Amino acid sequence: MSDSADGVSRRTLLKAAGATLGAAAFAQALAPLASWAEGMSSEDFLATHYKELDAEGLKTALKRIEEDTKKKTGVDVHVTADAPIPGVKFGYALNLSICIGCRKCAEACHEENNHDRKTNNSYIRVFEMDKGSIDFAKGTVDYAHPVPQPDKFYMPVQCQQCDNAPCVSVCPVEATWKEADGIVVVDYDWCIGCRYCEAACPYHARRFNWQAPEVPAKEINPDQGYLSNRLRPQGVMEKCHFCLHRTRKGKLPACLEACPTGARVFGNLLDPDSEIRWVLANKRVFVLKEELGTKPSFFYFFDE
Amino acid sequence: MSSSANHAVSYPRFLVRLLSVATDGGLQFYAWMTFLTAIALVGANAWAHQVADGMVLTHMTDHVSWGLYIANFTFGVGLAAGGVMMVIPAYLYDDHAMHDVVIFGEILAIAAIVVCIGFVGVDIGRPDRIWHMIPGVGRFNWPMSMLTWDVLVLNGYLVLNLHIVGYLLYHRFTGRKPNKRWYMPFVMASIVWAISIHTVTAFLYAGLGGRPFWNSALLAPRFLASAFVSGPAFIVLLLLAMRWLSDLKIGAGPIRTLVSILRVTTVVNLFMLASEVFVEFYTGGSHTAAAQYLFFGLEGHNDLVPWMWTSIVFNVVAAGIFLTRKGIEDNRFLVAACVLTFMGVWIEKGMGLIIPGFIPSTLHEIVEYAPSLVEWKVTAGIWALGGLVLTVGVKCGVAVLSGHERLVKG
Repeated sequence: MSDSADGVSRRTLLKAAGATLGAAAFAQALAPLASWAEGMSSEDFLATHYKELDAEGLKTALKRIEEDTKKKTGVDVHVTADAPIPGVKFGYALNLSICIGCRKCAEACHEENNHDRKTNNSYIRVFEMDKGSIDFAKGTVDYAHPVPQPDKFYMPVQCQQCDNAPCVSVCPVEATWKEADGIVVVDYDWCIGCRYCEAACPYHARRFNWQAPEVPAKEINPDQGYLSNRLRPQGVMEKCHFCLHRTRKGKLPACLEACPTGARVFGNLLDPDSEIRWVLANKRVFVLKEELGTKPSFFYFFDE
Repeated sequence: MSSSANHAVSYPRFLVRLLSVATDGGLQFYAWMTFLTAIALVGANAWAHQVADGMVLTHMTDHVSWGLYIANFTFGVGLAAGGVMMVIPAYLYDDHAMHDVVIFGEILAIAAIVVCIGFVGVDIGRPDRIWHMIPGVGRFNWPMSMLTWDVLVLNGYLVLNLHIVGYLLYHRFTGRKPNKRWYMPFVMASIVWAISIHTVTAFLYAGLGGRPFWNSALLAPRFLASAFVSGPAFIVLLLLAMRWLSDLKIGAGPIRTLVSILRVTTVVNLFMLASEVFVEFYTGGSHTAAAQYLFFGLEGHNDLVPWMWTSIVFNVVAAGIFLTRKGIEDNRFLVAACVLTFMGVWIEKGMGLIIPGFIPSTLHEIVEYAPSLVEWKVTAGIWALGGLVLTVGVKCGVAVLSGHERLVKG
């Protein structure tokens, strides 16, 4: 280098100025992160995985969620974390002969589970299908006419609560797993939002919170579960949980209660006297995409 | 004792010299670095907005839940793996003319891995929870999740290449002869590792039974074939640029070797594409729907059709040029072929691979996807970051290998 000592120092000075300018520019570019971090407490950031919470930790976590909800929405909610009931494995069956495609189930899910109002989200999609085929390529969810149409049948699809769930295997951080009663759940405080589970699910059962869901305060369902219908944060995955905050207390899922035709049958697969076991033993039953080996706990059946 | 004392002095000196080389240059260099930095800034800002306001700023949906980011990630893994195509002739076949330039293949791999990690990073909905992935601290679902394998192999590949490049350059800097024990095992490992990063990335998609478009045993071999197209094509362009911009004398030998590789890999890549097309369309049935969408459009939806045919034309023309004499002898033809096939693979391995996996959806709904402005900004920003890493790496490599930077001037 032929720089004089003076030249070198000037060059160093220019470099330092450039570096400072660059750093300042990056800080400015990343400024939106500051407002995002403001809305987050250190408890949010350091939340523990659901399975690692002891009784005391769980109590604190439930209280934190209740207080957070109060602060953000002004609503007093009650958040529970019921454990699976021993000796119970939940199953769901749906009678395709009497479903009329009214979508009351999807609506009930929307309200029960505090879904984002703007996107009209629901865990249930109801397909109107051509009679004579169960090819989804010939079905549509976008129908707007009186139901049922004579040449159609209707097929609601929601999480199939697979025994061999692809979404659970692919999760890189174990944020989703299968509970002892067969329900596949998501820990909203642990999910990193990579959406690998959404790609893996063959039933389009998973939903991502592309932004923080919004529910008007007076419409919030205050009866909430840690692993089910509490208000979800932005950027995490969610899915149907068989209304575990109800079903683990002996109640029925909201979608079943809303069904006007009685097409839905919910119960304990381990109880030989349950209605669902009677359906499985006596009706023509099938599961969706059986060839994939996912072993659903959700069954479809016909009457005639 | 004296040797370790030497390192304690010469290694920091080495780093200081590299830092100086990395930040020193002519007007052209500063203009280039400022240009890349400006794009990276635009990307960083777009990403910050995406984190704050949610991924609703992208055009991804519950139907097409991966888009431009994961497409570029997949292509980037191929580029990183392709860097190793310099290493194989250099070390496995002992081609001495390749020994110097092989370092640039490894520098490319480092830059490409930085790009890959960037694209996975921006695709995550909760970057604040990334620590949940750290084994021991979070809950790392290994070995079940293919994504955890990808995290391991990508970071491993980054470390391997950093070690090899750093070790060889440092020894050239000090004028010492590198000890084979300290780099040959790593070089051999990096060959296997390069194949593993792309295999694991292919398995990430191929293992999903619900996505027939990806659920093919040919996916991993196809990934490798296209990686060995895009990697060498980029390195040819890089070597030509270095010949033009630097005084490091790169002979015709390495470029000729790379073109020989490209002659085979471009054709193998097209052959595998043809096999897949045959199986898809001759068999027919609902599993063909995604391929139908990609190549010809489905039920009036055909956003990807022009992209895919552009890719095929680019790849066929490039393969044709490589097979002629002009492809080797005339630099204009060589550059055109490399640029065409690089773009062709970027489309095929990016949008052409990821998007049809989601269209039609698993329940046969058709929701199309085109990236949002935020996605394009973030994407450009990450490639600019990769460009910065590559420029700095190549500049340091040239300075040391050409003998400009030595511990003892001689």
